[in-house]
Amino acid sequence: MTLLSSFKSLRLEGVSRDFGVVNALRDLTLEIKRGEFVALLGPSGCGKSTALNCIAGLLPTTRGQIMLDDRRIDTLPTEDRGFGMVFQNYALFPHMTVRNNIGFGLKMRGIPKNEAAPRVEEAIRTVRLDTQAHKLPGQLSGGQQQRVAIARAIAIDPPLVLMDEPLSNLDAKLRLEMRQEIRRIHQSLGCITIYVTHDQDEALSLADRIVVLRDGAIRQVGAPEDLYARPAHLDVAEFMGFRNRINGRVQARDGNRVQLTVAGTTLDGVVQEALTGDTAIAAVRPDDMVPVAPDAHGIDTVVEAIEYRGRDFFGQARSKTGDELFFRSEQRLAPGAAVRLGAEPHRVLVYPGA
Amino acid sequence: MATPAIPLSTRLSARGLDGVTLLVLPAAIVLIALFVYPFGYGLWLSFRPKDGTLLGNYGKFFADPFLYDTIYTTLALAVPVTLMNLFLAVPVAFRVRLMRHQRLLTTILVLPITLGTVLVAEGMLNYFGPQGWFVRALTSTGLFNVSQIKLVHNYWGVFLSLLITGFPFTFLLTLSYVTGIDPGLEQAAATLGARAAERFRHIFLPLLVPGLAITFCLSFVQAYSVFPSAVLLGAPAGPTRVISIAAYQAAFEEYDYSMASAIAMIMGAVQLVVVVAVLAARNLFYRGPAAGAKG
Repeated sequence: MTLLSSFKSLRLEGVSRDFGVVNALRDLTLEIKRGEFVALLGPSGCGKSTALNCIAGLLPTTRGQIMLDDRRIDTLPTEDRGFGMVFQNYALFPHMTVRNNIGFGLKMRGIPKNEAAPRVEEAIRTVRLDTQAHKLPGQLSGGQQQRVAIARAIAIDPPLVLMDEPLSNLDAKLRLEMRQEIRRIHQSLGCITIYVTHDQDEALSLADRIVVLRDGAIRQVGAPEDLYARPAHLDVAEFMGFRNRINGRVQARDGNRVQLTVAGTTLDGVVQEALTGDTAIAAVRPDDMVPVAPDAHGIDTVVEAIEYRGRDFFGQARSKTGDELFFRSEQRLAPGAAVRLGAEPHRVLVYPGA
Repeated sequence: MATPAIPLSTRLSARGLDGVTLLVLPAAIVLIALFVYPFGYGLWLSFRPKDGTLLGNYGKFFADPFLYDTIYTTLALAVPVTLMNLFLAVPVAFRVRLMRHQRLLTTILVLPITLGTVLVAEGMLNYFGPQGWFVRALTSTGLFNVSQIKLVHNYWGVFLSLLITGFPFTFLLTLSYVTGIDPGLEQAAATLGARAAERFRHIFLPLLVPGLAITFCLSFVQAYSVFPSAVLLGAPAGPTRVISIAAYQAAFEEYDYSMASAIAMIMGAVQLVVVVAVLAARNLFYRGPAAGAKG
């Protein structure tokens, strides 16, 4: 019943989904190659789960088509697609043992017991649950349940594994462990993994390619490095951790380089998205914003709060014009102290102003 | 230095005994006065028959087929009706759980409960009677004649009445169990290749069985104590001479309260046996939460 054991790619062609008058997903077009790990990233309500459910067949699409190589699959019912899915709440069958949960897909495919058993055992070993196989899901910890959910999804040898925020219910330490586990499992299977998350760290560390969604539409597609260093739009930048937004006016331009007038001083940066008018917004990561010498070029601010992060300090300050700025500091600065903040020009990304 | 003693009131409240506990008293008194005492009195009375022996009533009951047959007659009504109600309630509940106007539908379904059995019985006498709409409509098709369709004053009259008055109760309970199952489980089963029938058999049914067992017990106990409809819609001297009629006759026609108490005790015992058997069978199934575990 598995569609194709040796397929090449999954293509989404103009996939849309409306809920009444709301366009939850607009014209999603994307090609994913075999072996790729793709993360759908975006804030809640951006349509990433809708996209995943459409691919899984749990939600019918309103327009567009989904192709696995040359076969159209969006018209097939969920049970005929043969994709593995890991749910946010795991959705383990509470009345079945771990082994039966994992073997359920093979059983539904009518695979004889003697053939299914070694495959189930292999899936159990892959997620390292050998000693828990006879237990019911309710007797397992969150991380173990998570691994059962993954094993259940991969036991059917799917061309596509869909994961819907699988780590959001785990504590921070376990999340890091499971992240590596998921990456390892993906590499050992060689299938396509589509991973939905709102956590950019997760997407950056796991994915080969990240698709950033907003209001149901694609904002940017790219490798993690690209997205991290060069977000194409201001909202993507904010989502990727550029917490400082500084309003300014364009003073001088030289190709990509631009100088902005900001809070009584100037700030050099790099244009990321074509500037449309006089005003512009500079986006800077807190880690790139640092105190500079009093005679150097920078924005004068007053420290409002400072917290210790272990290797350095994380500060919050306010400029004379009222802009809130986050910065990194080597020294503990007292709240109320005046500090001049600056950033390397190539770390300052400039977007058109509102 | 001795540690200061913890006051008694603090220690008691730590065990859940404080001023608020007193609020239980009115309910406890009412329960004792209206339930525990009458039950104890009835039990005691049942062992004080007219002939002076201890077990005279029970001996008499199990010696007389006119009396002991009522156990079977009542079971023959209550068990099929309860099963039929469950059988009808499950698919309806599965449909209704997806509906948006659940409130309206449940309100409509609850109405028969509020009407009471007597009103329903009166209505049925007219509707299903020889001159009622239902029978007339059937005979007008020309396929039946009036003498072939007899839906009142027999087994089927009581059966239908119990079905109508019992269904809303069974349905509402079933609905609450059905909606308690995480819809994600069905989706998960679908992604694993299970078709609708397989999803029902392997996922829903095993998770529903414990709830259906409870529903069966409650609906059964209700149906087993049938009285008004057995008299109004049935044949109380014959096929629908249920056990409550026997108790009624002993009490108010023969004025043998002791015998009536004994019959009531037997009635309770039969219900208890069925309920215990069903609940014991329920233990064979998974009974934990029907959601996708914690998360």
